[in-house]
Amino acid sequence: MPVEVRLPTVLRSHAGGQASVSANGSTIGEVLADLTRSYPGMSGQLLTDEGDLHRFVNVYVNDDDVRYLDRLDTKVTDGDSVSILPAVAGG
Amino acid sequence: MLKLPAAIYTQILGHCLGGLPDEACGLIAGDGEGQVSVCYPTTNAAASAKLYTVDPLEHLRAERDAESLGLEIIGVFHSHTHTDAYPSPTDVEQASTPLSNPQWHYVLVSLRDTHPTLRSYRIVDGQIDEESVVVESHVAG
Repeated sequence: MPVEVRLPTVLRSHAGGQASVSANGSTIGEVLADLTRSYPGMSGQLLTDEGDLHRFVNVYVNDDDVRYLDRLDTKVTDGDSVSILPAVAGG
Repeated sequence: MLKLPAAIYTQILGHCLGGLPDEACGLIAGDGEGQVSVCYPTTNAAASAKLYTVDPLEHLRAERDAESLGLEIIGVFHSHTHTDAYPSPTDVEQASTPLSNPQWHYVLVSLRDTHPTLRSYRIVDGQIDEESVVVESHVAG
C-alpha cells in the first residue's frame, strides 16, 4: 500500500527534485526497499550492507522515530507519512 | 556568510549557557542566502559535556515548522564547553555522512572563557571553512 515519504534535502536530487514521493510496503523496511528500487541513487545511503538502518539516518512514521518502534519491522498503513532526516550530532 | 538577527544571536547564546554543564544544540532556519530567521533550540539527546545529538523528534518538528513558514533548516548550532569554537573531528565526521547537507552552516559556541564566542563554518568533503557572521540589530524589510 502506498505511503508518502518525505525526503531529506540531499536525497531529493535522486527523485527529480521532489520533496516527497510515494512508496509501497507494509513495513518501513519494505518501504525503503521500494524507494531504492524506484530511485537507485539512494541505495547505500539509508541501509548498511547488513541491511540495518545507518546510524546517521532517522526515519519516522508520522510522529514516531522507528528506532523506538520496531525499527525496519515497524508497520505502516495506507495514508501514513514516513519522514527521513539526517541524524544531527557531533562533539 | 551567516546573518543572525540579534534576538536569535542572544537566543543561541542563552540556550548554550542554559545547557551547562552539558553541550547544548539547536537548529537554525532561514533562506539559501544565509539569512537566519528562526532558531529552534533542541534537547541534547546525548546529555553529555562532550557530545551532542539533536533530539530526533524535535528535529522533525522543526523541519515541519520551518516548511510551514516557507523556510528551510539551514544549519545547526552547538556549544563546546571547554574548547574553542572550532569543529571537532567528531563534528567534521558527522558533517560528512551521506545525508549531510553541504549547504548547511555549522555554528559553534565556545563557553570556555568568561564571554561566549560564536563562530560559523561550512564543512564540505571534510574541509572546514570559516565564514563571517553578521549580527543584525535590525532586519531590513
